[in-house]
This record gives sequence, C-alpha cells and structure tokens, in this order.
Amino acid sequence: MAEFDDRSHEVPNESENDISHPPAESDDNQKQGGAVAGVVTLFFIIGFVGSLVVGWIVFPKLLYSQKHQPINFNHAVHVEMVENSCESCHYFREDGSFSGIPKNAACIECHEDIQGETEDERIFVEEYVAKGREVPWLVYSRQPDCVFFSHAAHLKMGEMDCVTCHGHVGESETSRVYEENRITGYSRDIWGRNIAGFKQNSWDRMKMNDCANCHRLNNVNENSVQTQRGGCFQCHK
Amino acid sequence: MKIDRRSFLALAAGGTVGTVLTPLPWKLTDDISIWTQNWPWTPVPPDGEATHVNSTCTLCPAACGITVRKIDERAVKIEGMAGHPVNDGGICILGVSGLQFLYGPSRVKTPLKRVGERGAGHWQKISWDQAVAEVAQKLGDLREKGEGHSVAAICGSDRGTLPQLFSRLLTVYGSPNFFALPSIHDTYAMTLGLMQGGNPQAGFDVENTDYLLSFGSGILEGWGVTVRMFRANSHWRSGYGKVVQVESRLSTTAAKADRWVPANPGTDAVLAMGLANVILREKLYHRDFIKHHTEGFDSWQKAIIAGYAPNTVAAATGVPVAQIEDLAREFAGASKPLAVCGHGQGNTPGSLSVFMAVHALNALVGNLQRPGGVWAIPEIEYIDWAEAEMDALAVAGLQKDRLDGAGTDDFPYAKYLPNRLAEVITSGQGYPLQALLVSGANPCYSMADAAAVQKAFNTIPFVVSFSSFMDETSANADLILPNHTNLERYEDVPTPLGLTRPIIGLSRPVVAPQFNTRHTGDVVIQIARAIGGTVGNAFPWETYAACLQMTLAGAWGPLDKDGFWEVPGFQPADWSHAFETASGKFEFANPAIELLALSEPIALKGDEKDFPLVLMPFDSMRLANGCVGNPPFMTKAVDDTVLKGNDVLVEVNPETAKGLGLSQGQVAELQTPVGTARVRVNLFEGVKPGVVAMPTGLGHTAFDDFIAGKGVNYNMLAGPVADPASGLDAAWGIRAKLTKV
Repeated sequence: MAEFDDRSHEVPNESENDISHPPAESDDNQKQGGAVAGVVTLFFIIGFVGSLVVGWIVFPKLLYSQKHQPINFNHAVHVEMVENSCESCHYFREDGSFSGIPKNAACIECHEDIQGETEDERIFVEEYVAKGREVPWLVYSRQPDCVFFSHAAHLKMGEMDCVTCHGHVGESETSRVYEENRITGYSRDIWGRNIAGFKQNSWDRMKMNDCANCHRLNNVNENSVQTQRGGCFQCHK
Repeated sequence: MKIDRRSFLALAAGGTVGTVLTPLPWKLTDDISIWTQNWPWTPVPPDGEATHVNSTCTLCPAACGITVRKIDERAVKIEGMAGHPVNDGGICILGVSGLQFLYGPSRVKTPLKRVGERGAGHWQKISWDQAVAEVAQKLGDLREKGEGHSVAAICGSDRGTLPQLFSRLLTVYGSPNFFALPSIHDTYAMTLGLMQGGNPQAGFDVENTDYLLSFGSGILEGWGVTVRMFRANSHWRSGYGKVVQVESRLSTTAAKADRWVPANPGTDAVLAMGLANVILREKLYHRDFIKHHTEGFDSWQKAIIAGYAPNTVAAATGVPVAQIEDLAREFAGASKPLAVCGHGQGNTPGSLSVFMAVHALNALVGNLQRPGGVWAIPEIEYIDWAEAEMDALAVAGLQKDRLDGAGTDDFPYAKYLPNRLAEVITSGQGYPLQALLVSGANPCYSMADAAAVQKAFNTIPFVVSFSSFMDETSANADLILPNHTNLERYEDVPTPLGLTRPIIGLSRPVVAPQFNTRHTGDVVIQIARAIGGTVGNAFPWETYAACLQMTLAGAWGPLDKDGFWEVPGFQPADWSHAFETASGKFEFANPAIELLALSEPIALKGDEKDFPLVLMPFDSMRLANGCVGNPPFMTKAVDDTVLKGNDVLVEVNPETAKGLGLSQGQVAELQTPVGTARVRVNLFEGVKPGVVAMPTGLGHTAFDDFIAGKGVNYNMLAGPVADPASGLDAAWGIRAKLTKV
C-alpha cells in the first residue's frame, strides 16, 4: 500500500510540471520538433534509398557469380554446317529420352583433329578429345533436381520449338557468361535476367509459374482437384 | 543535427519499406526454398543415356540371368533377365545388391604384395608384370626342385573354363592338388552315380511337382535356384501342390509349408527309410518301375523292412508312428511326388546315407525322369581342350597322392575333400604344401572351423589370392592378384545345379574395369606362359577371351547375343535308356553301395558331457554366406532378432534358456569344441529344446567397415565331420555350451 501511495503522489507532480511549463517552451519545441522530423525523414530516406540500391543493384551482383564456359562455343557456325538444325546435336535417343548436350563422342565425328584456327577448338581437341575427358559445360537451362522435365512431351507431343524456351541460342556466336546463383547453384536463366522477374519473351524466365502458365494456356492436364490447375506430380515426381 | 534513437528507427523503417519494394526478400525466399529442397550435398545421379546389358549373375551358384541398367558408363540397377531359363525376370536380394560389390570399398584395386606380418594389413602396390613374374618364379622354382606336387589350388567350383584353367595349370605343372569347394550337388552327383550310373547332375522338376517332401532343404532360404524355388512355391501355394518340411527348426520354409515335421536333428536318413518301410509294407510303390527298371530291390527291401519299423523310427526321430505312416501314404499317393534333401542352402555337402535314402524314396514312387521328378541332367561337355603334353616333372608330380585322400580307397567317390585339408596340413600327415592359389572362394571364412583353416594356411609359405575383394583369405595372403568383379568380366556359367534345362550362361562386362584389376583367366595364362616349357605350351590362347570364344565354339554366337545358350529340345531319357549302371537299371543295391558305410549316423564334434547343447546353423535369404560378404543393402534387411547392433542373436528354446538362467536379449558365451563367441539370446519356441540355432553369413573380419564386425561367423564355431561314406563334410551342427555372462 505504501508504494502505491508514493506513486500516486508522484504522478500529479509530473503532470503539474508539464502543465505549468509548456507555454514558455512551445516555440523551441516546435523548432526542435521540425528538426527532429527532418532528421527522421532524412534517415528514413537514406534507409529507403539505400535498401533500394542494395535490393536492386548490389544484391543481384552479390547473388550471382560469373562463370565462363570451358570453351567458347559458336552455335551459329555449327548450325550452318549441320543438316538437321538443333536436333543434329541435341537429338532424341531411340528410347525417346533427350540427349541434352552432346558428349565428346558426337563432337569427335568432326573434331578428332583440329579443323579450324580458333583457340577454343584447339583447347577442345587437345585438352578434352585427346585426353578422353568430357567438357564440363555449364548448363544455362538446368532446372533444380526436384523438377521432372521431358523434352519428348514438349517437342513431340506439344509440338513446341526449341526457341520458345531456349531463345535464339542457335544464332549465338559466343557463349555468354554463366551466372551461377550462389545459394542454389543453378543458373540465373531460371529466374531470368530481370531481377524483378519481369519477362518480355517466353524464354526469359523458366520458373514454376512460367511452366504452369503455359500449361494453363494450352490446357495441359488442368485437372488437379487440389490445385484446380495442373497436378503437382506432372513436374514434381 | 542530433542523431538519436529515433534516427536509427527511421533508418530501419526506411530500409524496411525500401527492401520490400525490391526483389530481395522474394528472391531470397525463393532461393532458400530451392536450396532446402535440393541440398547441395545430396548426391544426384548424373543424367545420361540409359542402356541395358544382359549378363549372368555369379554371386551365388544359381547363375540367374540379369539385365543391368546403365546410365552412360555407370551401372545403376540390376534386374532379373526376362525370358531367361533360370529366373525369367526374377531376382534375389543378393543379385539386386550386386552393385555394392562393384562400387563398394572392399575392392582390391591393384596387385598387392604383403609387407610385414601376414594378416597385419600392410601391403605394397606392385605392377601386374611384377605380380605375374613373382608367381611364375615361385612356381617355377618349386617345380625345378621337384616339389611341384606341393602346390595346391582352391576354386569355388570346378565347372566352367576359369576353374578348368586352374585345373589344367596344376595338371601340366605336376600337382594333383586341385580343389573345388563341394556342396550338396556333389553328394547328389555321387548318389546318382552310384544308383543310376554315369556322371549326371541331379535336376529337380519342381515346376511340375504336386507334393514336395523336403528334408531340411531351405526352399525359401536359397536352396537350389532361389528365384525358381520361390516361384515354384507360389505355384504350390496356389493350390497346385503340397509342401512338407522335415526340419527340427521352424524355418521360413517350415512356417510356410503345408505340414511341418519337426523331426529330431540328424535323423533325416532314418525318417526317409521309415517312410520307405511303410511304402514297402503297404506295397504303395510304383510296381511297373520297380519290377522292370530296378535292380537290388529285394535285398534293399529286406533291409528296410527289418531295420526301420515305424516304432523304431518314431523313437529315433521323435515323429509319431501315425504321422510317419500318414506321410508315407500321402507321398506315395501323390501323382508327382518329389523328395529332396540338403540342409538350408545346401552349402554343406551332407551325409551320403541321407541322400541315398531320400533318392530311394523318389525311385520307390517311380518319379525319376518324369514330370515333377528327379532328372539326370548330363553336363554339357563343351570344354574340350586338346590333351596337354606332359613333361617328366609333371608326370612325377601327378603320381603323388592327393593331400586330402579324395579318390583313394577310403573315399573312392569324392573328387575333392577340402574339409580334410586343414587337419591334414596341421597334423603333418602327407607332405607340406609350399604354395596355394585361391580363386572364386574364401575358405578362411566359409569353410567349417575357419580358424583352423587359417592356421593351416599360415603354414604354407606362399599364398596367392585371386579375389576381387579384400576378403578373409586375401587378408591372410602373400600376394593378391585381383580379378575383375562379375560385372566387369567374361565368364561361362554351366547349368545351375538342380535345373532341368541344360544351359550355359554368359557373364560379361557390363562396365569397363573400374580399377587396375585383371581377369584371372588372363593371369593364369600369363603365369603358365611365364613358367614356360610344356606348362606354357598347354595354354595356346593369347587371352582368356580368345580361350572362351574358342571353347564355346558354336554356342558363342547365341551366348553373346542372348546371354545364355540352351540345349535345344532337351527331354529326360525314358526309363529304358536313362540308367547307365551295369544292369542298365536303377540300383537300390549294388556291390559299390554295399561297400559304403551308409548306416553310421553322423556323430557331431564334442563331448555331450562338456557340451550339453547342439549348435545348428540356419541360412537366410537376407544373409549371403558364400565367398562374397553380405552387402549393406542386405544387412539393412536383417531383423533385430538376428543381428542387433553388432551382436548376433542365437535362437534358444525358452525351456532351455530358463534352465540356463537366460532371458531375451541377454549376453551369453557360446562355446563349442572349436571356438568361443559372445552372443545374445533370442527366445524362440521354433527350435527344439537343447538346440541353439545360429544364422550363417555374419561375422566377417575383412572386406570393409560396412561388412566386417557384424555378428559371429558360424564357421568359427563349427567343425567339419567327414562322412564315413563319402568323406565330404556332413556336419549338421556341433555340440555346444551356452553360459550366462
């Protein structure tokens, strides 16, 4: 009870002081209040702008490491020389599975010895063909391991073309830098070049929603009871 | 400007608002979720071209056809080969686990030479040239000194070109001491040879049998060809046949049988003859067959009727008279009855008296050479190499007696008696062995009284192992010349024993050799050529592959294409042409049989007073007990009533355990005249009181950390007992003592 009494005395005292002084200090207070508000705003803006800079510019630079392909590959030159366009090298095997990036065995058909004058071809023949090593290509379009993807379903049954997902790789004359996500280890191409996730072309991004959107547009097995869309098991086996 | 707490709060607020307006939180969340669903340290099998290679599994003698799935150059899955005469698409747990041998850490990766004490595990890597030169030098020197006969070779089998190359090497070199490890099939071959004549293997037409009487055979534990027996069992279970299991322990086979007859252990022959007694007295036998196609029936009948009256048999076996009579009537009354024997998986050859008594039952009901019966399967004689030229040293060496006494007057029908080897070597009988070559076998683990075998081998100055793995025998060798594993090499595999279709299977390289190993066939040829002279001349082939292709001649094409070759249209000979005995008939009795000491029961090692219990082994589908270790896949499948942690559990009847003051899971010391082991107790009413049952296939000390150190090797506690009739190991157990610790 004693403590309660002490407090009850103090409270009116403080309130008395507050009431008695305000008129004398009100201008200063206003000035000071304006300055404080200014500082607060300034710091708010610093924080705001700083985080925007970090989020939009610094973060993407930190998130991705820059890697170069072991050999600078010229798709355009090769496409010109082969008869069957992309499928000459990136073909379907007899069992319907997709061969992906060719192994040395396929390249050796032409490049057992050095054909041209480029440094990259010399490296390929001397360092890989001669030594029997496969080229550790960095795959821009590799999806996380939890994703099942069948090329046959898309190209044969869906009658899609390569460009829809891979863009105009076949016309490229050099291998661009491979940007590897330091957290996931996958290529930047999956999320897309644009860090905000905006895309202009169908091949700009290959996230789950991109797959799902295309499936929805084309009405591919849109019969899942759970998702009201395509079933999870289509891609996540 | 005053920077205070509010300023920092404002900075944080601005930062927060700004951050949510950047992609950072959303992108980071997405990346972290991908990361957590694809842990970077979780191995992801590389993608590649899927191919399939047909081959033959040689991890056990069943020789199933396998189809190995590969992704690029890596073997990723072993499946049964569809349409194969042995297993038609089925496969056992050991076959499926085969990749763990190929890619596992117990491989010997390059030729090794021992430095330091034997068995201490100190090795020096040597080149193949040096390895071959050292063996050739050693064998050449011994031969020059006139000690060629003191070189022995132990192979897992004597069938197929690889063991035959060893056999040929020893012959031209001048040593009579070639050994193959015998199994029940040697006893069966001996039985058929004595009763039916010729040199056939026994085949069992289990697919068409409608009544299987099994004397302890582990139909569901790996006896015969596992996949085939499981499939036959399913067929019988579907109402097409009845299975009677005579076995003292409630094994899986017994548990699944229509009738379990828990006869006293070691009384199989007595019970078989007791059943014969009933069939004879009640004239339930196949009269036509007995009258026209058998010899010696009367004298045999007389002996059986006089000696095996049901009450005598009941007293010995513990099976009531009514049940014996019932069983005999059922067996004789079935349209296609089949009696088989050989305990468990059939790794111990067993007693000839049991096999002859059981086979006589088949003859009594006339179920030989007929659907559902026992067929005489001729060996496909495709290994037809030119007679080798022998020099004086070879002739002199071959005139020496075999160390094990096989083929002598004591054991006239046995080809190899490795079970006698340890005793002969240790006791100093005969001559000392100077060198030993071991291929396709792991005798220091898989032979009874393995410790004694190891001790005996330690007296041999030069031991060479050709194993692909650091097994117990390799670990105690002087030189290891590692073979390719079964998925890296060519090898022919003749008709699996028990099969009714004569075939040759081909084991072939599924993947390229992973290490600096070499095909033992090539190494044998290279050693022979390095020794030179007539020894080298006997091996005209440049490589083993050339030898194999030449040997298989016309069969090579289909073998290479399909993975197996089958004798076209094979049918068992009819009764008039089937028997190659002197009489041309099936012989219940003949002078040769009468000379055999058949009636003697097999006395187990050990004194009943000191060792009041009997220790019996049991085989399991989930434990490989041959020359390969038990792969980790299989160990995972073992119940914790068999292996708990690293402790083996032995089955003991609760009554026995109570008398010994033992309870479930308790640690005890198991002692036999041969060895002592620490075990745990598993109370099980399915074993007879007085019996301790122990799983085989555990207790490896070599291989790798995943295989070694689990449980106890039954063979370290077991001792061989030579069958008085055949000389082969007939021990069905050993006397033992179980003490509370």
